[in-house]
Amino acid sequence: MKEYMELFWVFLRIGGLTFGGGLSMLPMLKFELVEKKQWISEEELLDCYAIGQCTPGIIAVNTATYVGYKRKGIVGGVVSTLGMVVPSLLIITVIALFLEQFMDNKWLGHALKGVRAVVCALMLNTVVALAKKSFVSMFCVVWCALILVVAVCTNIPTILLVVLSGAAGILSVLYGERRKSR
Amino acid sequence: MKEMVLLFAEFFKIGLFAVGGGPATLPFLMDLTEKYDWFSMEQLTNMVAISESTPGPLGLNMATYAGVQTIGVFGGLISTMGLVIPSIIVITIIAKFMEGFSENRFVKAAFYGIRPAVTALIAAAVFGICKVSLFAVSDGQLVPEIKTILLCVFIFGLLQIKKLSKIHPVLWILSAAVIGVVFRF
Repeated sequence: MKEYMELFWVFLRIGGLTFGGGLSMLPMLKFELVEKKQWISEEELLDCYAIGQCTPGIIAVNTATYVGYKRKGIVGGVVSTLGMVVPSLLIITVIALFLEQFMDNKWLGHALKGVRAVVCALMLNTVVALAKKSFVSMFCVVWCALILVVAVCTNIPTILLVVLSGAAGILSVLYGERRKSR
Repeated sequence: MKEMVLLFAEFFKIGLFAVGGGPATLPFLMDLTEKYDWFSMEQLTNMVAISESTPGPLGLNMATYAGVQTIGVFGGLISTMGLVIPSIIVITIIAKFMEGFSENRFVKAAFYGIRPAVTALIAAAVFGICKVSLFAVSDGQLVPEIKTILLCVFIFGLLQIKKLSKIHPVLWILSAAVIGVVFRF
């Protein structure tokens, strides 16, 4: 029981004290899990990150589930994930309810317009960073451009595009290998 | 009740298909603005701002916010659970049965295609957000909001400077709120 509490508490702290999630959580995870608790090694943490990135879902949640499972099985995974989720749930619920009440306020309107401008800038910056990382070959550039056009111009569901892209990736790699072996 | 089931199902789908973490949920949330009248594109932009400037993973924050926006406090709980449950299932299976999952040849090959697609999907969602944030609609026509566009371009420019790019998003968001109030955006 004590160990479950500990798992919950550690991930509650990580969820409640880091901003942004994903990669920005890595230093905190390293400090808590590798250095302080010594639950996993640094290599394991990086493996876990690799798995978190190539499985669906929120990376931080995937990491919490993985570490929790490795320590205490399925219940451990669930408990760790709950710890990660609780801070978001509490903080955001309060803010969402609070903000809706003041939505008609003139000053809040001005402030939010400014905020939206910066959100655009930050998100565009994220896209640029992602593009730099994902353009590793001509295929990737072409595929990215193609999906961009399809996503902007059509209503094809996002899910379908993700699945198709996985298939295209496999075909392209297999084709490349066959050509090389010839 | 029906609304709750729908909310859970939609976020379960997002949890199952949004590969690449927080920002990858954005295109799916945009799909939702078209499919249901749960929240508007403006509200989605506010959600991104709030989620970036509060602790916790971006994706979880957005799910909670969207749920609360849709059917109140309980909605936040439902959407978050919907988002998280696929992760718990998938990761538990992988941790139990698949040693070296991320090194698997087919997994790697699939991600060779998925990664650039996710970049494109996020880019498309971001364009959508820019459209509603930087332009006003009057008589069915897009009218550029000059002040907002200038601020956006200015901050995007600043973000390209290496030293400034390390500054935490919260600080950018707070200063933009102040600028918005001072210059009456």
